[in-house]
Amino acid sequence: MKLLDFLKRERKKSASVAKERLQIIVAHQRSQRDQPDYMPMLERELLEVIRRYVEVDQDAINISLDSEDDCSILELNVTLPNRS
Amino acid sequence: MARIIVVTSGKGGVGKTTSAAAISTGLALKGNRTVVIDFDVGLRNLDLIMGCERRVVYDLVNVIQGEAGLNQALIRDKRTENLHILPASQTRDKEALTLEGVEQVLEKLSEDYDYIVCDSPAGIERGAQLAMYFADEAIVVTNPEVSSVRDSDRILGLLASRTRRAEQGQDPVVERLLITRYNPDRVDSGDMLNLDDIQEILAIKLIGLIPESEAVLRASNSGVPVTHDEQSDAGQAYLDTVDRLLGEEKPLRFHQFEKKGFLSRIFGGGRR
Ligand SMILES: Nc1ncnc2c1ncn2[C@@H]1O[C@H](COP(=O)(O)OP(=O)(O)OP(=O)(O)O)[C@@H](O)[C@H]1O
Ligand SMILES: [Mg+2]
Repeated sequence: MKLLDFLKRERKKSASVAKERLQIIVAHQRSQRDQPDYMPMLERELLEVIRRYVEVDQDAINISLDSEDDCSILELNVTLPNRS
Repeated sequence: MARIIVVTSGKGGVGKTTSAAAISTGLALKGNRTVVIDFDVGLRNLDLIMGCERRVVYDLVNVIQGEAGLNQALIRDKRTENLHILPASQTRDKEALTLEGVEQVLEKLSEDYDYIVCDSPAGIERGAQLAMYFADEAIVVTNPEVSSVRDSDRILGLLASRTRRAEQGQDPVVERLLITRYNPDRVDSGDMLNLDDIQEILAIKLIGLIPESEAVLRASNSGVPVTHDEQSDAGQAYLDTVDRLLGEEKPLRFHQFEKKGFLSRIFGGGRR
């Protein structure tokens, strides 16, 4: 009985792994959907500028554009490494 | 005024052409004047699946470039009344299609048909965007598999932004999910995404579910759309899909795992 349980639990069903991965990818794709075309380029260039001063990873920068009634807010988050 | 339906997917080889052929045949069998257009310029295949490859003289590009009239290019389906096929060019490339040209062709066809079904090429580039641009409705063909689902989501993004309806601020293109090559056995064993998961992720209404079926290969071998194989699971599933497109309520079929009986397990026997 124990052995059977073990065999059953042995690996997570691949379909549920697929579902979890897709939920993340699709959420990401949708967040980019309504962004203006210049956003990826802007993100790259901002990263370049920051890198002139601090060594950061590709994914250390997070940028998003939110629209409110009559203006848009560009939000920029940069995670800097600990100074050491 | 015709209703323009694009059959699209992003990912290649998921069953767009099979579905465009089967659905347009079904619409015509139900008495609707229907034309199905191959937008896969350079890689035409719809003519083969419809079994009219030897009757192609002129194609969509010829019409757009003014080298032939629309009536010279339209092929009347031999089996099904009310059904015509407009083939794609085999020798030209996608650049030969223009937005204005496509618009003119669709406008002319709109006068004489109830349904215009556009078989999109794979990808999200120009060819696919031209096929979807004038659509009223989109059938997004998706296989229960990660890359197909992701690509379908990309296509949904394009439908919401790069279509005439989107650009002119009209009612959005009606988006419908068609899951094809579904294998209930593998879903049951947890190795294939199930239909609820796919629906939940893409969040659009399901219009049909086509099981993985031997009948589809048989149909393409003989050049007879699978809709004519009324005994087959895939044929019936496409007929159900057409009924739903026409507004009928039809319960979902072929999505449940059937435990094989003793005999069929011994004699094998795939799904028919
Ligand atoms: N329900 C099904 N069961 C079994 N095989 C299928 C099914 N649907 C499609 N196929 C097979 O999948 C293959 C691809 O189908 P099809 O040509 O319709 O896809 P497509 O999306 O039009 O491809 P492309 O992107 O190249 O235009 C074909 O060999 C077809 O027979
Ligand atoms: Mg195709």
